[in-house]
Amino acid sequence: MKKADKFVKNAAGRMVPTIVNGKKVIPFMGVNKYKPTHRGAAPRVPTCIDYPEDGNKIVESLKEALIKSGLKDGMTISTHHHYRDGDYVSNMVFDIAAELGVKNLRWVPSAAFPCHKPIIKHLESGVVHHIEGSLNGPLGDFCSHGKMEGLGYLRSHGGRYRAVADGEIHIDIAVMAASAADMMGNANGVMGKHPFGPMAFPKADVKNAERTIVVTDSLIDFPCYPWEIMGNDVDFVVILDEIGDPQKIVSGTTRITKSPDRLLIAEHCAKFVEAAGILKDGINFQAGAGGTSLAFVSFIQQMMIKKGIKARSIIGGSTKFLVDMMEQGLTDYIFDGQSFGMDTIPSLRDNPNHIPIGVFDSYDFHAKGNLVQMMDVIVLGSTEVDVNFNANCVSHSDGRMLHGIGGFQNCMTAKCTIIAVPSFRDRIPVIKDEVTTLVAPGELVDVIITERGIAINPRRKDLIAATKNSGLPIRNIKDMKKEIDEICGIPAKPKLSDEAVAVVEWIDGTILDVIRKVEK
Amino acid sequence: MAKTKTAGNYGKDIRSDCKVTLELTKSGGVKIELISKIKEYFGDNIISLAKDELKFFDVKNAKMKIEDRGALDYVIAARIEAAIKQIIDTDKEYLLPIIPENTNQTKKDRYRRSRLYLPGNTPKLALNAGVHKPDGIILDLEDSVAHTKKYEAAILVRNTLRSINFYGAERMVRINQLPKGLDDLEFVVPHNVNLILVPKCETVEQIEQVNNKIAKIKKEKNLKFNIWLMPIIESALGVINSYQIAASKNVVALAIGLEDYTADLGTQRTAEGTESFFARSQIVNSARAAKIQPIDSVFSDVSNMEALKQNVLISKSLGFDGMGCIHPRQIPVIHIGYTPNEKEIEKAQKIVDAYNEAQKMGLGVVSLGFKMIDAPVVKRAQQILDMAKIGGK
Repeated sequence: MKKADKFVKNAAGRMVPTIVNGKKVIPFMGVNKYKPTHRGAAPRVPTCIDYPEDGNKIVESLKEALIKSGLKDGMTISTHHHYRDGDYVSNMVFDIAAELGVKNLRWVPSAAFPCHKPIIKHLESGVVHHIEGSLNGPLGDFCSHGKMEGLGYLRSHGGRYRAVADGEIHIDIAVMAASAADMMGNANGVMGKHPFGPMAFPKADVKNAERTIVVTDSLIDFPCYPWEIMGNDVDFVVILDEIGDPQKIVSGTTRITKSPDRLLIAEHCAKFVEAAGILKDGINFQAGAGGTSLAFVSFIQQMMIKKGIKARSIIGGSTKFLVDMMEQGLTDYIFDGQSFGMDTIPSLRDNPNHIPIGVFDSYDFHAKGNLVQMMDVIVLGSTEVDVNFNANCVSHSDGRMLHGIGGFQNCMTAKCTIIAVPSFRDRIPVIKDEVTTLVAPGELVDVIITERGIAINPRRKDLIAATKNSGLPIRNIKDMKKEIDEICGIPAKPKLSDEAVAVVEWIDGTILDVIRKVEK
Repeated sequence: MAKTKTAGNYGKDIRSDCKVTLELTKSGGVKIELISKIKEYFGDNIISLAKDELKFFDVKNAKMKIEDRGALDYVIAARIEAAIKQIIDTDKEYLLPIIPENTNQTKKDRYRRSRLYLPGNTPKLALNAGVHKPDGIILDLEDSVAHTKKYEAAILVRNTLRSINFYGAERMVRINQLPKGLDDLEFVVPHNVNLILVPKCETVEQIEQVNNKIAKIKKEKNLKFNIWLMPIIESALGVINSYQIAASKNVVALAIGLEDYTADLGTQRTAEGTESFFARSQIVNSARAAKIQPIDSVFSDVSNMEALKQNVLISKSLGFDGMGCIHPRQIPVIHIGYTPNEKEIEKAQKIVDAYNEAQKMGLGVVSLGFKMIDAPVVKRAQQILDMAKIGGK
């Protein structure tokens, strides 16, 4: 079986395969051009009489739960990443699979992190065939060098949910870590000894998987409420000593950046939002947890205080900073898909206006509307952008995989999507003629902001008109690129092989681009 | 044993810099080892620059290691030159072309509300300094540069003056305390520096020495443009001599440095600043008497913007026209602070209007209401309006 076969040029002009890991796939047809009409995934129909009458589904060990779930060759296993780089459970699952001699598994994590480096030995030994999920760090390197048996599959958070819900991915066993659970499998992430926040990612998995295992280190008496995972969906409950390290949830910083250049970028973003007339009473916007995003929110916060206005909702990655804003009366609601910092958990648990959200609510392409499309403005980072406003957040200019897509593609559907980037990093210009990997089509990127200026997508005539006399450094993106190239010099183009190692899926399930093998 | 010399910096937290290690060999030609995260993109470019430079200095046999952290060409060139010149005695200078933006001269009375200090040997901070729009950028060779790094810093500052676009900020260099500072002038005067800050200035003679050295270099190199001076008064004696210093040739502004001054007084710098009230007032008075700009000391608590704001307001009310800063985020606070307020603008506008009216009517005497207005008052009023305009009012 070829990993990728029968390449065609898609609507974005990228050569993409129509067969991936032996299965037929659809090339990208353009934004909002593909609307599948088939029925969604059909979960197994369980019967309550097959489950313990007293509701007690606790089994001895994770190994026993996996055996009882029927773990065998070729299965698809899902885990989620609420502990991010502190997750212990995924590694345990594949260690057990190796011990049992199981081969050719497909791992579908909601995201993988450097802590999952031990999976490499299972990829090498054939226990895991390939990974469908964000690839970075050691796993990204492994895949970039073409060492993975199957083709990698990069989906956005929303795209993963959609794929599970519409039947593109069929999960055999979902292993869901929860910081607290009861014997029935009711579970959440806000109680127990190591709470991690809302459980945004497992919801499609537990509804559609053949078998669902809840793994916790804190068993509490029935009922475990709130039940973000409902025991009614759970087959087995496993109690372990440790399931993850919440200290590792935050890898970077969740404090406002001190870098003067990044502060300037954030200030440009905030001033742009104000000048464009987006900053109004009742605004809904997204707030990232990174240093620049937080700085942006901090500038917006000052502007709101000055204007005497408040937001209706802020969607986040919640941080202490957002919680403080809500407590100061600067937003009515926080929509929270991931807690960045233990200091946000009390608010999430106790304040009804701090609403846990799932991927379905916020990002799903097949939902009947979603939260991000209702956001007035979203500010994102990126590794590369190009003069046609295309954006790449997954790979380095030499093709090496750096990050997962996360919510990046999904956020493109907001009313105004801003990409905020430094104009160069380590002498490598960020604005290119053409992005190495296409992750977001340029027609959806509204504004690119660097410390050297603000480039508005020519399609957004409304934004151009609104900010015309703002005094902001509004510039043509090509002029900005020219200036940056003059500072840095023009980098040589790295050689990329023809061999595809992973595909990038668009939010609708079509294939947007491929990632190619790194030569050296 | 072969002589090995190094220049530059390399390490985990270093950005936009490189470390060059050079050893001259007897034979075998030039061997260059490059360690760089961006080798794939700029490796060929860096190697050919290094080869060209070695050839320029007639180095035929050498082992050179370049450990790079994303340095631009002008930095790499400076580091290589600094390494070579520690081994070879030569007057030659390896100069990259000067960018057209860096050939302008500045006016004597241009605005100098903010001047941003950059450590002269830290290239990372220089690259984007101009985008923060300070009125002036100081490449510092004095206190922010370690003693062992003074030489390589001078070469780097020279190259920075030629290669980095400061987007309209005045290009300033703070030389070392005399007499060492006189040697620094050789590195910067021929390369379109606009203004020299003379630290720990105490006497007129020091300014004369600087002027003479600049004149000598200009004559040798046949340079025509003006180079302004901003002496920094940092001692009790300097304060006493401040008028004579301010009135010296080419001096366009007089600054005060309070850290050293308070140490010289035998006291400590406080937030209220009572201990330096006399000195600050004296500096303003001397500068105004000499018709130049009085410039205040830096405010060193970079995290406290509210305190900075208060400090700027006091400084402005004492009569200062600007102050130093050590973090780009201080710049907007300083600019807003020194920008005239509505009341000042209104009054200035009335004076200028009255003057224009009088000119139109052919009147020799300008009056506003019952008050006569002298020429310096009109000039000051016009300056206030210009400053308001620059400050965005």
